Parts: sequence; C-alpha cells; structure tokens
Amino acid sequence: MLVYLLAITGSQAETVVIGSKNFTESYLLAEIAAQWLEAGNIAVERRFGFGGTKVAYEALEDGEISLYPEYAGTIAQVILDDPALRTNEELNAHLEKRGLRLIAPLGFNNTYAIAVSGALAARLGLHTIGDLAAHPELRFAFSHEFMERRDGWPGLKSLYRLPQKPLGIEHGLAYRAIAENRIDVTDAYSTDGDIVRFGLALLEDDAAYFPDYRALWLIRADIPPAVAGRLGRLKNTIDNDLMRRLNARVLIDKATFGEVAAEFVRSIDGKARFLKGSTSAEQLLDNIWRHLQLTLTALAGATVAGVALALLSYRRRRLAKVLLYFAGLMQTIPSIALLALMLPLLGIGFLPAVVALFLYSLLPILRSTLTALAAIDPLYRRVAAAMGMTSRQQFRHVLLPLALPHVLAGIRTASVISIGTATLAAFIGAGGLGQPIVTGLALNDTGLILQGAIPAAVLAIVADILFDLSERLLIPRHMRVSQVAGT
Amino acid sequence: MERPSSKQPIAVFDNVSKSLGDTRALDSLTLSFPGEGGAAIVGESGSGKSTLLELLIGLLKPDRGSINALGEPIDYANIERYRRRIGYAVQDTGLFPHLSVADNIMLPGRLAGHADSDRELRCHELATMMNLEPETLARYPLELSGGQQQRAGICRAMILKPQLLLLDEPFSGLDIVTRREIYERFLNLTQQDGTSYLLVTHDLSEAAELCDHLSILRNGRLIQQGAAGAVLRQPDHPYVEKMIQAQLGHSRALA
Repeated sequence: MLVYLLAITGSQAETVVIGSKNFTESYLLAEIAAQWLEAGNIAVERRFGFGGTKVAYEALEDGEISLYPEYAGTIAQVILDDPALRTNEELNAHLEKRGLRLIAPLGFNNTYAIAVSGALAARLGLHTIGDLAAHPELRFAFSHEFMERRDGWPGLKSLYRLPQKPLGIEHGLAYRAIAENRIDVTDAYSTDGDIVRFGLALLEDDAAYFPDYRALWLIRADIPPAVAGRLGRLKNTIDNDLMRRLNARVLIDKATFGEVAAEFVRSIDGKARFLKGSTSAEQLLDNIWRHLQLTLTALAGATVAGVALALLSYRRRRLAKVLLYFAGLMQTIPSIALLALMLPLLGIGFLPAVVALFLYSLLPILRSTLTALAAIDPLYRRVAAAMGMTSRQQFRHVLLPLALPHVLAGIRTASVISIGTATLAAFIGAGGLGQPIVTGLALNDTGLILQGAIPAAVLAIVADILFDLSERLLIPRHMRVSQVAGT
Repeated sequence: MERPSSKQPIAVFDNVSKSLGDTRALDSLTLSFPGEGGAAIVGESGSGKSTLLELLIGLLKPDRGSINALGEPIDYANIERYRRRIGYAVQDTGLFPHLSVADNIMLPGRLAGHADSDRELRCHELATMMNLEPETLARYPLELSGGQQQRAGICRAMILKPQLLLLDEPFSGLDIVTRREIYERFLNLTQQDGTSYLLVTHDLSEAAELCDHLSILRNGRLIQQGAAGAVLRQPDHPYVEKMIQAQLGHSRALA
C-alpha cells in the first residue's frame, strides 16, 4: 500500500515539474515555460491548475513542482507576508532562506484592477475607483482570494471609502455575472483577455493602491543551472499588451494553451517546435485513471477500516457511538473545506486527497456494517460456536456473509460520494476529472467543464451498475438490500 | 425396550450450579447420562434444561461443580476441538440463511477439512435417512417447510458423525404426523451411527418415545431420574405425577 502511494506521488528527479495556478494567464505562462524548455531539450512534466497561491507555493516548497509563474506583489503580500518588500533583490533575500529564487521578470505587470461593464461606466460616468463611492447601490462581488488579501478589498475599501458590501464569487464566474447584469463590480487582472471579450472597463487606480504585480518565475534554488539559464532568456519578452493578446487568443479565439504557447515560443526562437502534447482523448483517459486511483484507494481504505472498526465496536455500544459520531462529524465538513484542512497536515497532491475521500467514505461503510452486525440473530453465533467454529471462522462463514448485503450497500453509497467529491481534489493538485472542471472554470469554458463533469457522472453510474452486478453475484436474492424493479 | 447402560456414562454433572443474571438456572445439579441410546431431560420452561445443554457444549461455564463429557472433563482451552465431536440441533434450527440447505449441512465438514466428495456422500446419505428430497438440498432454508428445516438441522448436527448429539427441542412446533415420521427416521439414523443423544424437551411423550432414560428438572434442580418406563410407572415426586397426569393422562399405560 505504502509503496503504491509512493509510486503514485513520487516525481522523477530528471524532469522539471512545472506548475501553474488555475487561471488562464498562469496556465499559459506555465505552458510557455514547458515548451520553451522542451525546445531546449529539457524534459518537463506539467502539473497545472493548483487552486490558489498557497497551494501552488506549498507544492513548490515541498518539491512537488520545480517552478511556477508568480507575481512580485503576491510573493510579498501572500507568501512572505511583508508588503514593504518591493525589488527583486529584497524578495530574493527572503526567498533564498526558503530554498527558492525569483528569475527573469517577463516584462508585464498584471496588477489587480477593478472592472465594471463598459455600458455602466458610460452611464454613470465612472472613470476612477474613487467614483464608486458615490454609488452605494452598486453590487460588488469579488473573488474569495481578493476578499481576504491585505492588498485586496479591506485596504481598498478604507482607502477609497467604499460603502458597498461585496459578495464572494468564484473568479471564473464573475465576468459572466457582470455580463448578465447580476453583479456590477468585480476584481480583475489588468492583462486579462476576458476584459476584451466581455467589454469591461477598468477603473483607474488614481490613489495608486494596488502594488506592483510584475510576473516572474518562482523557482526552487536547486533547479539545474541549465534550466534556470534557459528560463532567464525569457526576460522582458512579454509586455502588458502582448500578454493581454495572448490571453485573448485562448479566451476569445479558443486556441489551446499549447497552440498559443507554441506561437509565442516560435516567435522568439525560430527552431522551436510545438510538440502537440497529449491528445484530448489521451488526456481524458489519464484523468479517468487518476480519478479511479483516487477513489479506489480511498474506498479500499475506508472499507477495510470501516469493517474493522465495526467489528471492533459492534458489541461495545459506547465505542460504536463515539466512532459513529466522529465519522458523522467528518461528513458535516464541506468537502472543499476538508480538502483545505488537509493542506497544513499533508500538503498537496494525491495523499491528502485520498485521506479526505477516505474520511468521507468512512461513515456510510461504518454505519451500515455496524447496523448489519447488530441485526444478526444471536442464534446464528450460538450455532456457529457450538459447531466448533473459531472466532475467525465465525467471522468468515457467518458474520461476514450475513452482514455483506448491508456492507456492500454502504460501499456503494461511499463510492458515489467519493467519485463526486474527488472532482474537487484537483483544487489541491491531485488531478483527476476535476482537472478539466477547474481549468474550465478558470477559462469560463463550459465545454471543458463538461469534459470533467460528464465522465465523472458516467463513472458514478458505471460504479452503481457494477455494484448491482456484484450484489447479484454474491448475495442470494432473498438477502439483497436494493430492490431493483422487475427482479 | 429398557436397556441397562453397559458403557460408562457419556456425560456427568457433579454438583453443578449456574446463575444467569439474578436467576439460578441450575442449582447443585448432580446427574449422569448413559453412554448408549438416548436420554431425555424433561422440564417446563425455566427448569434449566436448555442451560444444561449450553453448559455441555461449552457455551456456558459452570459457576461451581464440574462437568465430564466423552469420558473426560471439558477442555475449555481447546473448546473448538471438543465441540466438533458433538452435534447440536435447536428448535429454530439456526440454518444459515445465506447458504443452501446442502451447504448448511456440509459446512461443519468443510471447516473440518473433509474432502468434497466425502462430504457430499455423507450429506446425501443423511438426507436420504431423514427423507429430505434431493431438490430441497439446492434450495435456501427460507424456501423449506418447518419440518424440512428441522430435518436439515438434524442432518447438519450429524454430518461429522458426532459421539454425542445434543437436541434442544428440535421437534417442537411440528404437527404430529410430521413428528412421528421424523422420530422414526431419527431413531434409525442414530442407531445406525451409534450416536448417543441428549434430548431436551417439555414433552413427556416425546421423551418416552425417543429415550430410554429420563431426567426430570424443575427450577434448576433434579427431581427424578431413571429408566423411562420406571419413571413413568413409579413417579416418586408429586410434581412428576402431576406432569404425567397432565401430559399422558390416566388411560395411557406404559409397560
């Protein structure tokens, strides 16, 4: 088991593992880095789509990835927790203590911006952020990260004396919400291609509130010099305007990250070739396989633990109560929060996702097994013992088969829960069918979201059918739990 | 009909007491069972007769006193090995619902590691002896009549050719015609295998029909014991007399 986990989570030493956060520009820059390095005959592995700065940073610090694109302001504010740090030298002085380093400013500054629809800006005559203070009726909705950050809403509100009370919203949904007139104001990035697509107006930061968000590569200090050297050649190759156009190529023209990155790499280095990575069918199979690994590992663990705990506790009422209480408590934690709780304990990736799914699957299995064991007529135990069965034989030949229908029903419930919940695992870098969903949310791309959602639904249905078949195979008709019409 | 038991007793209770919760189920019971044929333990509910069987199979341990069975004290450290030499059949049969009737009957043989073919041969022999049709063997216990289930329960208890068979009212709840047929087949089977048996029952006529030796229990104490005919002809306790009157009537003369 342990060996299996290590085999899945471990990364190879020779390849450079490139990460990204889950928004367009981060994906695109990461893909540019990947193709740029590949063009220099350096092997790379792509681990894109980490759900937020902390997750991506943690992945880097743990050595799960070797580098990812980051912004100077974010590093100062979120990672180093010291907004006074400005220059690359200042930042590097702190990062080097953590075994990390910044290289090659790319040349553009993607700072926060406040966006409203162009029509609203024209109607109300909004030009600067300060203009918003006169319109308390406007509906504000900000990304969760922006709401919390020191350089986000709290400071903005006090500096510009804004009276509005914003809602939290998933960033990928915010522009569409503006376009559909469900909200009026949100946070944006100044190089965001979506600004063009949705006809948004950026309000001027006349009080110079937002810090400098120049883009750089945040790398591990132990990265091979050849890799750092090659990345260094990307210094000052992308300005604000180019970045917005590259973003728009993805968002508006629906070009893939791979295609846009290839165009860019070719424009700097004539020799660059675009190796079309994996086809989408291959990608789909990869995602499904990863999804299955996540759910099956968690289910196997929950089945063993659930049945063992039930056996241990079904004749000790108080212990059973405590265990059920604990397992029930796990289920009341929202799944995204449970995944987030795993971060400080187990970091990111496969293991914390499996542990979270395991905790979710435990209750249905434990509860149904306990119920089934408690419901077994003591007569059968008495007869089994009188027959000369050892306790092991009693378990194997009497208790287990009598409890099996309910145990199976519990595993069935748990499997549906964990196949669904596993789609959220992508937020902590565990991959699976949540990957296209997360990317699709970032890109506002319904097609991509469905590439994760539909296979996940199909998996759940297939799992249900398999459980139905195994019930027919393993359990005599009169003992089956599920009543299927017509059988 | 009456035979003096030539062999040494198959089971001996020496001053055995057993309390279950607050009730004293058996009180200083001293009793031995003959090593041949059948012995009946007769009493009303609450007399302690089922407790006596559970002590003998080792599901319970005596609070006081000692029990000898199959010629030696019960070895609680190796209780599984001891139990495999004893058959146990109960009123509710305890046939496992997840196994077919045949698999139920053969289960003790399977656990004892007997060859498939031997088990099947023995199972069919028993089924024939107890008049269980081959097609019932393939069914689940749930699909059988009460009488068929009882017969299957007896077959399972006999599968390992036990030296001693313990029967806890296995024929109660059956109609009289069915019962008569099962009695006859049961007697043939135990005689053929040379199995001794202890029958716990509240029914004197059943006891007399199946057993040569009677022990009458009341409130955890032994009231009378001896050869069946002798006990029925010469009850030496008013309780036994009343029992005979109530169950067999005056007209029924046994000789």
